[in-house]
Amino acid sequence: MTTFRRAKLALGAVLALGLATSLPAKADEQFFPLQSYRVGPYAAGGTGFFGGFIDYLNLINIRDGGVNGVKLTWDEGETQYEVERGVEVYERLKSRPGVAAWNPLSVGIAYAMIDRISKDKVPLITINHGRTDSTDGRVFPYVFPLLLNPYSETSGIVNYIATREGGPEKLKGKKIVVLYHGSPYGKETIPIYKLLSDKYGFELEQIEVPHPGNEQQSQWLSIRRAKADYVVLRGWGVMNPVALKTAQKTGFPVDHIIGNVWSNSEEDVIPAGDAAKGYVAITTQASGAEYPVLQEVIKTVYGAGKGNLDDKKRIGSVYHNLGIVNGILNVEAIRIAQEKFGKRTLTGDEVRWGFEHLALDPARVEALGAKGLFHSINVTWDNHEGNGRVTFQQWDGAKWKVVSDWISPDWAALRPIIEKSSTAYAQEHGIKIRTSGDDPVGQ
Amino acid sequence: MTTITETALPTARASWLTPNVLGVVLLLLLGYGLVPLIGSDYLMDAVLTPFLALALAAVGLNVLTGYAGQVSLGSAAFLAVGAYAAYNLNLRLPALPLLADIVLAGGIAAAVGIVFGLPSLRLRGFYLAVSTLAAQFFVQWALTKFGWFSNDNASGVIDAPVLRVGSLTFTSATGRYVFSLSIVVIATALTARLLASQTGRNFIAVRDHEIAAKVIGVPLLRTKLLAFGFSSFLIGVAGVLWAFAYLRTVEPAGFNLDRSFQILFIIIIGGLASLRGAFVGAAFIVVFPLLLSRLGAAVLGSLFDSGVLEMSQRIVIGALIIAVLIAEPRGLIALVDRAAAAVRRLRSPQT
Repeated sequence: MTTFRRAKLALGAVLALGLATSLPAKADEQFFPLQSYRVGPYAAGGTGFFGGFIDYLNLINIRDGGVNGVKLTWDEGETQYEVERGVEVYERLKSRPGVAAWNPLSVGIAYAMIDRISKDKVPLITINHGRTDSTDGRVFPYVFPLLLNPYSETSGIVNYIATREGGPEKLKGKKIVVLYHGSPYGKETIPIYKLLSDKYGFELEQIEVPHPGNEQQSQWLSIRRAKADYVVLRGWGVMNPVALKTAQKTGFPVDHIIGNVWSNSEEDVIPAGDAAKGYVAITTQASGAEYPVLQEVIKTVYGAGKGNLDDKKRIGSVYHNLGIVNGILNVEAIRIAQEKFGKRTLTGDEVRWGFEHLALDPARVEALGAKGLFHSINVTWDNHEGNGRVTFQQWDGAKWKVVSDWISPDWAALRPIIEKSSTAYAQEHGIKIRTSGDDPVGQ
Repeated sequence: MTTITETALPTARASWLTPNVLGVVLLLLLGYGLVPLIGSDYLMDAVLTPFLALALAAVGLNVLTGYAGQVSLGSAAFLAVGAYAAYNLNLRLPALPLLADIVLAGGIAAAVGIVFGLPSLRLRGFYLAVSTLAAQFFVQWALTKFGWFSNDNASGVIDAPVLRVGSLTFTSATGRYVFSLSIVVIATALTARLLASQTGRNFIAVRDHEIAAKVIGVPLLRTKLLAFGFSSFLIGVAGVLWAFAYLRTVEPAGFNLDRSFQILFIIIIGGLASLRGAFVGAAFIVVFPLLLSRLGAAVLGSLFDSGVLEMSQRIVIGALIIAVLIAEPRGLIALVDRAAAAVRRLRSPQT
């Protein structure tokens, strides 16, 4: 009789799940499914980023009553930065009405979703990370590595080192070591560093730190043996403070370590204590809470007791501000799409159109209260990164201080490499390459 | 462990319409008929497909650990070997049909399994478990180190091909589910056949008393390596399902030590040396946390953020595991059997 019991149990579970996934549709709401991670090794990044994102969505709802009257809603599913959980949350939330865009903040989860979102016709946003060749909107109509893809980041860092040395021609003969996280994210830039080293004539050594990176003695001894002029830290999570501390122990000058965009947060430097003082890192969004939009978040959202961060000291930190900027970009894409399609709940494909016309010049950024927080963005149908500018910040032991102008990566030099990779992807997957923004999308 | 033996299969021959056969038929009807008919995409794509893949991996590990008594912590490595082998076969030999890729991938996993099974001839128990860790670390290292395995993709992540058999493609949630279900059913039936044969009895003999087995003429070398090979074959096929049918992408980090432990826990909690135990255990480890998370989000979601819910879930599941293992060290399947026996006694009080 066990079978009957089992069959009954299974049937009950089937019905329960079936009921739970079919929720009634509501008018004029735009839904953000959030694959967040608030526990696990990368919780610091997850709570800051998703906290900032939710804070900004709350600000729009409380202050403006939504985007032109369309309320923003969201629901969170915990992923712990694991691909399989991210996929489960995707399948769970994808059938909710009015899905605007996905923002997983994980390269692994994003890779697993590319096929799925292309079929479901909903945009996938991978701000400051993701698959570099998805910059090519001709092949990846629904994927947006907004502001900064990994290759642009690399180019920005090399340009910055060149400025410090007094021009690109001075890079010749210098030795740069890239210390990267042993993960898909960490390895993404290996070919582009090689290419830039050939182009500028600097010597290059790329050293892997196995995940999670809490032991780096041998790597830093190799760096010392190599007599490196600069070390680029391409870390994530606990690897960063350990790198800074080990550098101090082996006597490498901290101001010659340049952090990448995922090694640039308060959570990376504070645990390193003194060892981090003078450390420089790239960023697309400044830290600090003095920007008008942050002030409004503090007043309106935290004032109403709806703030998402438990620790209010983290307001204005690097990850929180990245979440805010991500919120601005998502909301403005919806606003732009509403101008064309009407002030109502949009489909994923309509929001995709909005992202493909997401142009925020410095004047518009100032109007949004984010002047100085980030520079500008200009996404087009074939450029899904949107020419984001970068800046460099230095840790003074208590806070980040901006030490450079807004720098442009060398987009023209990177584009052919990106197109080569995306064209290969299109061939492999039988995707028709779009020839104009009006082309119908999808396979 | 000596008391654990699955007797269902040999007795099924006496009168073929036993409750066990009936149960299998009913489950198949449910799996092929009712679930695709009324199940949602979420149920099939995010719950049942990973459940099937991990259940098959657990069946594989159960052959090795439950039946043949060789503890292994390298299951995730064999999953990875299967997934990457199938990907490369599909990419580099496009003429081969996908089913052949899957079988060959299983074969490659089996070959790797046999190599890493060689220490079992000298090592036992914990020592063997530690030596299988070598497989875990070596495979992950090799897959990350050599770009060839992932077709030189910059981040080492690969895209899975579309599931295709002849002119049939399985692109919908239902399609992928039915595809996985069919492979799991065939593989499980094969395993049941093998375990009911002389080889299966050799496995059990080696597990229960190695020296005694040797004395009565069981070839130790062949039996142990066969257990490693067959187990790795099944786990390799499960890896293909995991990568191609469920995630539809593969990255080496997804096959870490945690996954090996997960599969080991499935068979310990489900019941060692029991095919049904592998499925019940997989249901407990894969489906139950999802149900709990849905329940928690629905009931308490407005009060706590997802991080708090996630943590409390872990506590609940951890407590349940301890409770189950205290109540029934032989696993969930023994609990189910006891309950069934109790029901039978109630029905026929004269016995």
